[in-house]
Amino acid sequence: MLGRMRRAFGYLAFAGVLSVVLAACGGTSLGPAGESPSGSEAPSGQAPAAKKVFTIAYKDDLATLDPAVGYDWTNWPAEKMVFDGLLDYDDTTNLVPQLAESLPEVSPDATVYTFHLRHGVKFQNGRELTADDVAYSITRVLDPATKSPGAGFYMGIQGAQDFVAGKADHVSGIEVLDPYTIRFTLSSPDVTFGNKMALNFAFVVPKEEVEKYGADFGHHPVGTGPFTFVSWTPGQELVFKKNPDYFKPGVPKLDEVHIQVGVEPEVALLRLEKGEIDMMGDPIPTADLARVLSDPAWQDRITKAPQVSTIYIAINTRVKPFTDVRVRQALNMAIDKDRVIKLLGGQGTVANQILPPLMPGYDPDYQGYPYDPAKAKQLLAEAGYPDGFETTMDCLDVDPQPKICQSFQQDLAQIGIKLDIKTLESGTLIADAGTEGKVPLVWSGGLAWIQDYPDPDDFYSPILGCGSAVPGGWNWAWYCNQDLEAKEQKAIGMTDREARLQAYREIFRALMDDAVWVPVYNGEYIIAHGANVVGKPTDFAHPEHTIRYEQLDLK
Amino acid sequence: MTRYLVRRALSSLTVLFGISVVTFAMIYFLPVDPARMYAGPHASVETVARIRHQMGLDLPLWDQYGRYVARALQGDFGYSYDLQMPVTEAVLSRFPYTLELIFAAIFVELVLGLPLGVAAAVWKNSWIDGLATVLALLGVSSPPFWLGLLFLYFFAFQLGLFPLGGVGGLSHLVLPALTAGLGGVGWYARMTRSSLVEALGADFVRTARAKGLSEWTVVLKHAVKNALNPIVTMAGQDIPWFVGGVVVVEMVYAWPGVGRLAVEAILADDVPLIMGTVTLTALLVVASSIVIDIAQAWIDPRIRLEA
Repeated sequence: MLGRMRRAFGYLAFAGVLSVVLAACGGTSLGPAGESPSGSEAPSGQAPAAKKVFTIAYKDDLATLDPAVGYDWTNWPAEKMVFDGLLDYDDTTNLVPQLAESLPEVSPDATVYTFHLRHGVKFQNGRELTADDVAYSITRVLDPATKSPGAGFYMGIQGAQDFVAGKADHVSGIEVLDPYTIRFTLSSPDVTFGNKMALNFAFVVPKEEVEKYGADFGHHPVGTGPFTFVSWTPGQELVFKKNPDYFKPGVPKLDEVHIQVGVEPEVALLRLEKGEIDMMGDPIPTADLARVLSDPAWQDRITKAPQVSTIYIAINTRVKPFTDVRVRQALNMAIDKDRVIKLLGGQGTVANQILPPLMPGYDPDYQGYPYDPAKAKQLLAEAGYPDGFETTMDCLDVDPQPKICQSFQQDLAQIGIKLDIKTLESGTLIADAGTEGKVPLVWSGGLAWIQDYPDPDDFYSPILGCGSAVPGGWNWAWYCNQDLEAKEQKAIGMTDREARLQAYREIFRALMDDAVWVPVYNGEYIIAHGANVVGKPTDFAHPEHTIRYEQLDLK
Repeated sequence: MTRYLVRRALSSLTVLFGISVVTFAMIYFLPVDPARMYAGPHASVETVARIRHQMGLDLPLWDQYGRYVARALQGDFGYSYDLQMPVTEAVLSRFPYTLELIFAAIFVELVLGLPLGVAAAVWKNSWIDGLATVLALLGVSSPPFWLGLLFLYFFAFQLGLFPLGGVGGLSHLVLPALTAGLGGVGWYARMTRSSLVEALGADFVRTARAKGLSEWTVVLKHAVKNALNPIVTMAGQDIPWFVGGVVVVEMVYAWPGVGRLAVEAILADDVPLIMGTVTLTALLVVASSIVIDIAQAWIDPRIRLEA
């Protein structure tokens, strides 16, 4: 009865609102009701000869297009349009030459990297790129005045420490041998240096343009890339157009790329359904996901691709009772991961280890901990907690994370652990988790580690190594094992790839035995786009670049 | 008048100073590290420390505040981490959009609310009067976020009458202005009605009727004119109210206003941008309230600006 009344009231409300709106349209000069919206320059249904304009919409504005400064998943693919690095990736995770004409010559001990550059590559201002530009770009990232978040990747270059400390006016390990040859000398062996040279931070920028715009270079980017920057209206739109002089034949295929910003995902989905945009930059809203995935009309407008990420519960190894490995193992057996995947609407796959499946070093033979609450309870009893205990978990306040944490709460209640959930916004959560001894458990959902580059070391040093178990660090398990640290030091210099990956498999196996995380699931991208967009799944969601605009095309 | 203005300006400065202290303190007592937020999760701890130093975040609090105020007095509100541009530039470039939306919303309130109120007063206790009451209730009880999405879905997506958000011509403005303004239509109608009912019972109206003027001339030329003053006050008070009220509308309609900028700043823990949007918005509110007071005195000679 109450329900019917409420519904009746709802109709009444709607009718009332409607009448006012119609009155407004008819009775005043606010807007001719019949006028068709001028903004709908529908890219679909254009004649083949027409200009190919690709439009994507994001919720948040981009911060910058300066490759030395930008460090998130919205500006990285946009930077990739304007700039190139010496190296790049193929469709998967293999390094290929880009501005370099071949892969670098590496000394047997992996400390000296020599790159030979392509001849005749031009910046969009017409000047030819030389090795001096490469030296300038890397030095600029290291320069504290640039405030580059990526400086840490290049601190292993000889002389970088002195340069950053102001003791030297250049980095001694960067040498320009001739206009097309540059040599990097490292202070210790590092086989991942090639990956670091494929990061956005190592994209090559022209000195004269950086000096011309100063701190505002990020809003006036000039590089060698497949697209030229045209305009940026803050809070509204960024426009890029095809670089006709791009050094790679056949790309890009699109004439223009428009990035709309400030569009809520709900509205972006409507724009996509209406054909006003060609792709959603943000994930599909959870409320619409089930409908979209089950609707046959959407089948050729959805692309799925795995994300190189692991979403996990970090167990603080320095907080009681998690100092006891048996308690940590019990947690690993108590979590029902399948239910988490259900809560995510199928957006992900269950994880049983720290490295995600696409990451070199992933161990397909490793079985992980089984879901076994009975065994978990037994382990707790052995550790001296037959009746369980109370503890807390930090959890991001963004849907669906709190729901997932409540699922953990149920799981842990089964083995007698009373879980208190603290939902926090990201800044507070990060600060909390990076404070020693403060948070027993952290759910990384919404903040999870996504690879910088496809090398297992990227999942060790920054999140599980001793160097990151410091205040403000990202090692939320506060785990530091000197024995593993020594093994990692050795592994990072191994040039025999198979032996090296084996060494990492052992390190990550040891980390799982020590149960420092509960790896819960590996992420997945579900991208919504127009039916007329042509591209491989890895062009929509590349493991390194997210979107590869230069590969996409419109029918 | 001049004395009045000087006094108001001085008291406004105190208000702005208070707001800057409170915002500054609130932000700095949050356990968030702005340098880490700027650098992102993957930056090494040493890199974050260097960035913190570059940003001056390792200075004592009073020193940071002093530098902030000294620069703010020259119109420099610092550099936004999240947008990588000067805060003043970012906020000022968004203000025109917010003002456009606010004035359009007030326009909607007046254009729909006044006639409805007049009709309700003239045909007191009729169905029109009832409709005005129902609309007032509906207006205040429908959340703008819901209303906005509903309008977008119905009028833009299904019927294709308007664009799906964004800015451009007049057609882009209609739905956001309705969403922001409809809530107030009922209020204006109620206010106009009660003010007009009072005026219609006054002696000068009886005199006008006795002169043999037509009923509509009496209502529109004599009564409405006298009933207008509370409406002007209400419209004036709407400006500061809408500065907060249009935030949600800006979010739904991809409207590049200052409200959405503030929300983005808060979500990104972008301290200079939060400070800048709050302080500059406060400046707008304070300035508009002075203008309204002066306008009222101008419209109604009975009001004096006391120094």
